[in-house]
Amino acid sequence: MNGALKEHTIDSIRSGLLQHKFSAEELARHALAHGAEENPKTNAYLTFSAERALGGARAVDAKIARGEDPGPLAGVPVAVKDVIVTRGVRTTCGSRLLANYIPPYDATSVVRLEQAGGVILGKTNCDEFAMGSSNENSAFGPVRNPVAPDRVPGGSSGGSAAAVAQGTAVLALGSDTGGSIRQPASFCGVTGVTPTYGRVSRYGLTAFASSLDHIGPLARTVRDAARLLQVIAGRDEMDSTSAFAPVPDYIAALDGNVRGMKLGLPREYFEGSESETRTLILDAVEVLKKLGCEVREIRLPHTPYAVACYYIIATAEASSNLARYDGVRYTTRAASAATLSDMYRLTRNEGFGAECKRRIMLGTYVLSAGYYDAYYLKARSSPAITLRPSRRWMQSWVRSRPFRRSSSAKRWTTPSRCTCPTFLRSPATWLASHV
Amino acid sequence: MKITEQEVRRVAELANLALRDDEIGRMAHDLDEILTHIDKLNELDVSSVEPMAQVLYDAGETATLREDREQPTLDNAVVMANAPLAGHGFFKVPKVIER
Repeated sequence: MNGALKEHTIDSIRSGLLQHKFSAEELARHALAHGAEENPKTNAYLTFSAERALGGARAVDAKIARGEDPGPLAGVPVAVKDVIVTRGVRTTCGSRLLANYIPPYDATSVVRLEQAGGVILGKTNCDEFAMGSSNENSAFGPVRNPVAPDRVPGGSSGGSAAAVAQGTAVLALGSDTGGSIRQPASFCGVTGVTPTYGRVSRYGLTAFASSLDHIGPLARTVRDAARLLQVIAGRDEMDSTSAFAPVPDYIAALDGNVRGMKLGLPREYFEGSESETRTLILDAVEVLKKLGCEVREIRLPHTPYAVACYYIIATAEASSNLARYDGVRYTTRAASAATLSDMYRLTRNEGFGAECKRRIMLGTYVLSAGYYDAYYLKARSSPAITLRPSRRWMQSWVRSRPFRRSSSAKRWTTPSRCTCPTFLRSPATWLASHV
Repeated sequence: MKITEQEVRRVAELANLALRDDEIGRMAHDLDEILTHIDKLNELDVSSVEPMAQVLYDAGETATLREDREQPTLDNAVVMANAPLAGHGFFKVPKVIER
């Protein structure tokens, strides 16, 4: 094989294929063998989809042999987070409840990346139903950070970030509800993008909090992340919340020029940030300033309320979405139950991990009679959610913010530690929803 | 305490979770911690604000409606293959009506 997978980009694979230095099938075989060998170091992959990968690779080779365009992601090995369904390939969502679930259909983003020539190597580990910030909530064991194996890779898309950082995939799909792409990308030192809500179809993304769930790319370079986003973005009839807005040319926008761009630094996002993170961000801001970027401090006074709103709305939606795991349709059922109601209750209690139960309970509580107005309705009315004035400056200002509150922790086990790190990620999610 | 163990048991019933006794106390403690944090919202006066249900792109009201046409559906056998217990194209569950 010509060079390690870690050295490859979309462009280098494309030129290698077109110059017949290697075939897509050779690359896929190499990637599968290399992935199987390296995976025990991180536990990033839960399932390898060899048959599907080789089938996709052969289709790319056939196109090249016929002189056809093999597509923008031709032959590129991609890892897919295990909350995104893949027809015929086990999709667990990191949960015991779906340990043997074989989806009968493909997510739209999966269809699009394969149509573009992408080769799906396998499914990546994640926090159960994407609930967590450290990947320690997976029923199939935690993921280790390839950069420092004694540290967490972040979460919930920890497996996707680790696979890209480790070089067992060139690209990965992740999902983000309150930071689950951005934070693990940051922890593993790769590029992750959470697109605006509606930009990428959610069809086939296992629902956690539907009004906040996003699918997005992870890659080792900004250019590769842009190329993957280009492929998966755009209106999809199967997701009524996907936007009609035309997809811009992301690659053309990568001209290296930031002169005249306006960068807003929300003061609130930097208060209380760990100094190392803060210093790094501000160093980057200085670089951008030197390159001609216009930087200004801005205020987002509702920021402290955003995490409270996130916890109410995300868990409320999760409690509804996760009601479907009842032991009837999806693979796992408690053996001991004699009545229907016991079957529901025991299946769910034995199947869900502690973090999922906590969120289902909180969500059920804030939606229950007597608390709905005090919590759920209040969150829906909070300026962190309803704020409109930001819309105008959001269109002309790029925001800079610390991607994480702290450097990569060794363990995040207590609920409060798992709760607090979302603080700096949630406002961005909310605000992004308003663009 | 924002939430009692008795309330935790009631919410677990609503959520169809058969929490074990040792889980009840821990859950009460965890939820109490989060609810205390969430109470920050009480600082806000939102009496004059209309709640927002969903963030959406700008589009006409019927933009997402598609033409009413026949489309293939998922194959019954493939879908039922994921059920823990099924037969004759149906999901099987424990008996609901007692004799």
